[in-house]
Amino acid sequence: MDGMAGQKSSLTWAVNIAALLLVVLWTIPTAGLLVSSFRDRDQISTTGWWKSMTSQEQSSFVRTGAAEDQVQDGDLYVLEGDLVGEGQSLSAWGTSARDPGAFAPGESTDVDGATLTVTEDGQYRMESTAPFEMRRGERIFVITESPPSFTTENYSRVLNAQGIGRAFMNTMTVTIPATVIPILIAAFAAYALAWMEFPGRALLTAAVVGLLVVPLQVALIPLLRLHNEIGIGKGYLGIWLAHTGFGLPLAIYLLRNYMVGLPREVIESARVDGATEFQIFRKIILPLSFPALASFAIFQFLWVWNDLLVATVFLGNTRDELVMTGVLRELMGSRGGDWEILATSAFISIAVPLLVFFAMQKYLVRGLLAGSVKGG
Amino acid sequence: MELFLLAVSTIAIGVLGCVAWFWGSNYVLDSILPPRGPNAGANIRRAGMVRPWLFLGPAILFLGIYLVYPVLNSVWLSLMNASSSRFVGGDNYGWLIGDSKFQESMINNFLWLLVVPALSTLFGLIAAQLTDRIRWGNFGKSLIFMPMAISFVGAGVIWKLIYEYREAGAEQIGLLNAIVQALGGNPQTWLSLQPWNNFFLMIVLVWIQTGFAMVILSAALRGIPEETIEAAVLDGASPWQIFFKIKVPQIMGTIAVVWTTITITVLKVFDIVFVMTNGQWGTQVLANLMYDWMFRGTPDYGRGSAIAIVLMVLVLPIMIWNIRNVRKEMR
Repeated sequence: MDGMAGQKSSLTWAVNIAALLLVVLWTIPTAGLLVSSFRDRDQISTTGWWKSMTSQEQSSFVRTGAAEDQVQDGDLYVLEGDLVGEGQSLSAWGTSARDPGAFAPGESTDVDGATLTVTEDGQYRMESTAPFEMRRGERIFVITESPPSFTTENYSRVLNAQGIGRAFMNTMTVTIPATVIPILIAAFAAYALAWMEFPGRALLTAAVVGLLVVPLQVALIPLLRLHNEIGIGKGYLGIWLAHTGFGLPLAIYLLRNYMVGLPREVIESARVDGATEFQIFRKIILPLSFPALASFAIFQFLWVWNDLLVATVFLGNTRDELVMTGVLRELMGSRGGDWEILATSAFISIAVPLLVFFAMQKYLVRGLLAGSVKGG
Repeated sequence: MELFLLAVSTIAIGVLGCVAWFWGSNYVLDSILPPRGPNAGANIRRAGMVRPWLFLGPAILFLGIYLVYPVLNSVWLSLMNASSSRFVGGDNYGWLIGDSKFQESMINNFLWLLVVPALSTLFGLIAAQLTDRIRWGNFGKSLIFMPMAISFVGAGVIWKLIYEYREAGAEQIGLLNAIVQALGGNPQTWLSLQPWNNFFLMIVLVWIQTGFAMVILSAALRGIPEETIEAAVLDGASPWQIFFKIKVPQIMGTIAVVWTTITITVLKVFDIVFVMTNGQWGTQVLANLMYDWMFRGTPDYGRGSAIAIVLMVLVLPIMIWNIRNVRKEMR
């Protein structure tokens, strides 16, 4: 018995560690983006984001003042100045590129007949009995430590300047109607498929399941031409209609599956009591189907918010019309190396879906379970 | 502000319009065929034949215009020339077969189909099994599931940061190259490293889809009757045997569903390739190739449609399989 218990606990440990590893692996990419969006430009381009939590050692060089900066102090000619920036501390310094950390702060050395001293607070003082004559300052190499520092500046910059604020509004404008309208249309259709007897019901249900997997790509060219011919052109109306059409099969399928499972007695007794179908739908079916409606609403919201293809095809591509995925795509092309802008914009665009995801996860999971066609 | 008003009024018009249609049409039907009076019985029966179509009307209209018509129209357009002005028969398909970019796309799509569903399902299964057995499992599940909410474009940015390249010896800011360099290797420009760059793109989709697989498979695992597992434990089966010989066979149906669902997503993969490599360095896929032909300087609707139809044909077997399953269930 002892052996079994021991085995069990070591297995539990292994499971915990394996799970932790998996979770960390899946979280790190997003964490990297989030951390990067709070770092300033120089930091992002010089060190990895995973190093941002600890103090950073950097080496660089600073030039002293030149001949014209010298002041006379008694018999001595003196050059003075500051070597480190704000918030940094000096850990070592030197006078040649080969050994930039040769001296500790507070030590002195000779440079071309002058005495150079660097104090701990990063002040240097160069003294000489003869006047300095160099036109360019001497190079002093410094190794500095900067404490971890984060900034929200990227966010204010991106929201104001990169068109992300405008794109955020555009995305909202596309998403909300494109989420609400299909729900209503689908709910009525799903009720008919679930609870009304009529010829062709099985065929229609099968058709909806079939349409579930039609690749969007097939619809693009014909619909673009159709929209142009009937005068809708490119714009919000077109994209709302398109998203409504594309979202309907899933909506009808999810809602039908849910409604079929509602208790038969409730609906039958309402019919016996003389309620019209419209009343049954509004007073019984709709309230009872709330979980399924919520599931679909989340799906559609995430899908429309995250969509790039439909937006590029059905909405114009000028700066004012772009949705967030569109702006992000454009930034990846034009500002590919500016990680502070890219990371921040990307995080703004995924913040809303993440919020919805964490707040409504229960409904999302329920919808997924109901929505995947059950296998034989 | 204008936009906001536009959006709000659209919602209002849309919702009111739907309500008006459903309520109004039912009202009209009830006043033409009143369910009372001398003919009540016959009227109810006749109204019952019409009413489903009132409920289904808008949905059928939308599905017809936005999904059925485009499929048929695409078939027709794929037999026409670039501007759809002249019938060219099978020319576009003939061109496809000989086109090197199309061949590359087919091979890549095939690779995606082999790798992504398999890895996503495998990781999903592992994640489901692991997180079901630990106390903080639900929290862990949330985090693995989270990439589902992130757009493909957002995921593109996230992973581009991981694949970022700096010259050998320099401080790496991309995680992958930092690890490679720390282990003594040479940093690479992963996204143009043929043919492996395809796999670096696939990883992004695996990362997104694993959560989906995990959620569904976890529910299936929990649905396995306790008795079968208890019996196996009593017979002295090891945890591995229980998992592979008792649990996995019982959820084969669900695994198939997860696999096919991810397969469909993979066939349509567009955004990831579009934003990360745009099909360069041998990473072209069908959906992106189609986009190319559709939006190139002068769009070629014939060739674009032909590629779309190829996609449609590839999806067809899964469509038929799904329909058969649903019909079996409805009987």
